[in-house]
Amino acid sequence: MTTLTAPPKTAPPPPSRARTSTGITKWKRRIPLLPALVFTIVVTQLPFVATIVISTFQWNILKPGEKHFVGLSNFTFVFTDERLRTAVLNTIVLTASVVVISVVLGLGLAMLLDRRFAGRGLARTLLIAPFLVMPVAAALLWKHAIYNPDYGLLNGTLNAVYRLFGADNGPTIDWISSYPMPAVVVSLVWQWTPFMMLILLAGLQAQPGDVLEAARMDGASALATFRHITLPHLRQYIELGVLLGTIYVVQTFDAVYTITQGGPGSQTTNLPYEIYLTMFRKYEYGEAAAAGVVVVLGAIVIATFALRTIASLFREETSR
Amino acid sequence: MTAHAALATPGNRFTKLLRRKDDHGGAPKLSPLWTFVAWLATLAFFAPVAWMVLTSFHQEADAATNPPTPFAPVTFDQYKLLFSRDITPFLLNSAMASILSTVLVLALAVPAAYALSIKPVEKWTDVMFFFLSTKFLPAIAALLPVYLIVKDAGMLDNVWTLVVLYTAMNLPIAVWMMRSFLAEVPKEILEAAEVDGAGLLTVLWRVVAPVAMPGLAATSLICFIFSWNEFMFAVNLTATQASTAPVFLVGFITNEGLFLARLCAAATLVSLPVLIAGFAAQDKLVRGLSLGAVK
Repeated sequence: MTTLTAPPKTAPPPPSRARTSTGITKWKRRIPLLPALVFTIVVTQLPFVATIVISTFQWNILKPGEKHFVGLSNFTFVFTDERLRTAVLNTIVLTASVVVISVVLGLGLAMLLDRRFAGRGLARTLLIAPFLVMPVAAALLWKHAIYNPDYGLLNGTLNAVYRLFGADNGPTIDWISSYPMPAVVVSLVWQWTPFMMLILLAGLQAQPGDVLEAARMDGASALATFRHITLPHLRQYIELGVLLGTIYVVQTFDAVYTITQGGPGSQTTNLPYEIYLTMFRKYEYGEAAAAGVVVVLGAIVIATFALRTIASLFREETSR
Repeated sequence: MTAHAALATPGNRFTKLLRRKDDHGGAPKLSPLWTFVAWLATLAFFAPVAWMVLTSFHQEADAATNPPTPFAPVTFDQYKLLFSRDITPFLLNSAMASILSTVLVLALAVPAAYALSIKPVEKWTDVMFFFLSTKFLPAIAALLPVYLIVKDAGMLDNVWTLVVLYTAMNLPIAVWMMRSFLAEVPKEILEAAEVDGAGLLTVLWRVVAPVAMPGLAATSLICFIFSWNEFMFAVNLTATQASTAPVFLVGFITNEGLFLARLCAAATLVSLPVLIAGFAAQDKLVRGLSLGAVK
């Protein structure tokens, strides 16, 4: 009877009821997630769609009548423009040196602070201070109070040392114009080393003590223990530090804006600063947007590697 | 963890506990030479901060000397000048943007983290990675469209614009952090509470909240720090009414020429809230900064 009356395409009642009820519980579970998800999509994803659209226009706000669709020609410009190529190169040099140097220094400091010594707690507190100082304040501090050729701390100390050894005066070095890139790198390394130190110290303290003890009992040298036990254990923490450091340092804007304004010439102009200049100094919206799209594509390449690293950390945690 | 503990014999568990306790108090000692190196490095890193604070308590004439004069007389003049020259509105804008966006972030992130950990939605890892992927997109690439949209909406130079942007900037981090904290709520206790017929609110208040509270504090701290320090959006989207502390710092240099002692006072003042909060919550900081991946 039922087989005759029921329309052939509807599913039999019990499974369908079951499906809707799991549907309801599924939605109950999803509801708390939705506001955050919708907000994130609207505020972070829509601007990028807009960037893509703008990148296909010739659009300079100083020439309002000339806004028109130009297809991909802004991208041809981006890939052939000398300034942008320099900016890409500067971004790579800046990011790579800051991340590598601060990881190495951070590792050294973490190894020291993993041991007990007098005033370790205080040392740790003092060490993280550079990371907590407002980045713009830090940049201004380095520019004016440290690098300044006439009364900066660096030349001032050099001068004091020279006088101590009987010489008349120390050299007057204009650090920022003589060594623009190292000047920016040093200030950023100073800011990021404590961050790396904190992550690596957490890694060291998560190290199982019995393995180290066993290695010591077996007569392994400190260096061998470090190479074969500590370093492999730290690997994922180092990867995480490099990854997070890269995400933030690639976007450096404060330090370049404040310390060198991208100069001299374009020696320290990195991509974020170059895009900013195209936008707010040249008013070339189309070109700026195209450069933005290229930056996003670059970021996606980095992110694919990055996500793999994080996924491995994540798997370890969920499988616990 | 629990599986391991169950497999281990009681004796094993005991020795393990003992050893861990021993590790905590008795980490190997640093030799005097290396202690010296550690302190030297620490002081080298801290020197610029110390110099900033020291200079902020000097007169301009004592600040710009060569060689430096660290022991010049101490004065509060620079701070008095700063407040008489209206740093206050900038600090208030910073406080408003940071606090409001932190509250908004928590209101959005806590339920989301609940839906991603305690009763996870299907494909919750994909959602997590979506949130994280937004952090990989460089903010500069969004500046132009955001600027145009905000301009069209008449919201340039408005603190609420910063609140919305800072919320978007910190939400992914907050979701990741809160998820890692909520994931620590023992599943057994949750199930037991449910079997006993405890309602959702009771479970949240009696079981989840006590475990998640330190995490909530850490998450708010991180969100506050990042918002307080943000510069690019602030400098490009505000002008006179809604400018924040970092914008004040940069503007005060270009407008008035260089007053080194006053600059140091301003730099110290605007860094102070984050320094205090950071020092107070050092342990939480690590976990927050690593998105909860490192404990």
